[in-house]
Amino acid sequence: MMVYSRSDKIVKTLANLVMIVLSAGALLPFVVLFMASISDNDLIVRLGYTIWPRGFSLEAYAYIFDNISVIGRAYLITVFVTIVGTFVSLLVTNTAAYALSHDRMPLRRVLMFYIVFTMLFNGGLVPTYYVYSQIVQIRNTLPALIVPNLLCSAFNVILVRNYYRFSIPSTILDSARIDGAGEFRIFLRIMLPLSLPITATVGLLTAIIYWNDWQNGLYYLSGPEYFSIQQVLRVMSTDLMFLANNSTNTGVTRNLPLSTIRMAIAAIGIIPLLLVFPFFEKYFVKGITIGAVKE
Amino acid sequence: MNKKLRYFKRSIPFYIMFLPAFIYFLINNYLPMFGIIMAFKNVSFRDGIINSPWVGLTNFKFLFASADAWLITRNTVLYNVVFLVLGQLLGIFVGICLSEVRNKKAARVYQTLILLPHLMSMVIVSYLANAILNENYGLLNRILVVLGGEAINWYADAAYWPYILTIIRIWASIGFSSVIYLSSIVGINEDYYEAACLDGANKWQQIRHITLPLIKPTTVTLIILGMGQMMRSDFGLFYLVPLNTGALFRTTQTIDTYVYRALMTLGNTGMSAAAGFYQSIVGFLLILGANWLIRKLSRELALF
Repeated sequence: MMVYSRSDKIVKTLANLVMIVLSAGALLPFVVLFMASISDNDLIVRLGYTIWPRGFSLEAYAYIFDNISVIGRAYLITVFVTIVGTFVSLLVTNTAAYALSHDRMPLRRVLMFYIVFTMLFNGGLVPTYYVYSQIVQIRNTLPALIVPNLLCSAFNVILVRNYYRFSIPSTILDSARIDGAGEFRIFLRIMLPLSLPITATVGLLTAIIYWNDWQNGLYYLSGPEYFSIQQVLRVMSTDLMFLANNSTNTGVTRNLPLSTIRMAIAAIGIIPLLLVFPFFEKYFVKGITIGAVKE
Repeated sequence: MNKKLRYFKRSIPFYIMFLPAFIYFLINNYLPMFGIIMAFKNVSFRDGIINSPWVGLTNFKFLFASADAWLITRNTVLYNVVFLVLGQLLGIFVGICLSEVRNKKAARVYQTLILLPHLMSMVIVSYLANAILNENYGLLNRILVVLGGEAINWYADAAYWPYILTIIRIWASIGFSSVIYLSSIVGINEDYYEAACLDGANKWQQIRHITLPLIKPTTVTLIILGMGQMMRSDFGLFYLVPLNTGALFRTTQTIDTYVYRALMTLGNTGMSAAAGFYQSIVGFLLILGANWLIRKLSRELALF
């Protein structure tokens, strides 16, 4: 149907070339990291990281496996925080969105402003830290990883509320009300199932945020008891440096494959995300586009 | 009267459903908003905010008397401007390239790969950056040595970091911005291009006279939204990626890292609260300004 001219072909080729270069660039650090993690530590020390493995050794992974109690526990905490956090977040977001989507709710405008204003003005880290450490006393508890800043975002409430308002025909709700269904029932039985597309998208983005969060741990955890995988990675990045910097003086650490351990630890943090990404990429892309340009 | 009562009764479920969010925003957002008065007090966490003595503008005097205030403002704003401008230009460029890839499978693979960095936490990004920049083992220094140059200690010289941070930021966000522009380009009616083809317009003319003008609203919106965020910075990018190195503060310290370090490392609550107050108030004005601008352009896109 479409007739391609010569200039079209050139543009097509150039576009492909640009994308190949960019894709390679996006991938490069990952490749270097993975290859380093399965390399022979002595060869790395002599020759440095590159895009193929230097020798082959799983020593770094064996070292991590020896410390499986730390890594395993951290993974459990990450999984727990992600599941519970996402679930509670969706509940709070969807119920608030449902209330705000109802035309005849008294004070709707005031409550809407109550939500929107949190996007305009931010107290900042110092008072927030004060509230959570002195008033709510959340430090060194598991909720510290779930509640501060992450549990409910005004933006998501508005996104879901708009979906309820504009994408779901109000006649369905009205007829349910005439049939005598209560609001909780309507919310659970009609609204939630009908809004599955937006709930899945918001839920996925929330889950990624929980999985990747390291700031709450930095602010509110002082010991390793509730360290998620991101906390372990964050602390080990500087701790390993510390070991590496001092390794010439101490005999013990010199035997550790330091230059490959660091990369193996990061690889363990990356692999699960890489494995599941192709399955949820579609929703991820959708989340990006509705997030950027309001509907 | 009876009717009013019934009306009220019928609204109760909505209030109950709104209650959890109400309480959450009260604790997470509104209490800290009132907490910004800490900037005018000599706060000790033991006595609490209410009982701590007022000190007027003393905290601000210390903050603005130091060179830090200017440095962190300059760094925060300049990085934001560079990220915003480069982000849009490259986002548009890559978005157009992606839309020109006619092979669906190839386009999908490209998109997956350039989105990968956006999926990673800043902790992971700091590891990836280290694989490239590590003084002894990093790929970049290996290349320099092989080419006959000398290895550079990237983590010791602040002069490199504006470039390093910009590259990392673009690397991490290019997938994100190009996907936004791609969705905007895909939304353009095919008829325009077909008509242009019939008139003998080549690809470049089509891009210049159809694509670019039609994605302008997206660009304008993104730029104005970015202007509202000028006082904020990606804490992880500036704190984790330079490995919290003091020697690099000249070019890596932003308002957010300053507030964190003053609070947690130095224990200087007053100074930290003052910097936070400054960030909050100026940030608030910027967002109001940005929204005012968007409203003038298009009522629909405005936040409120």
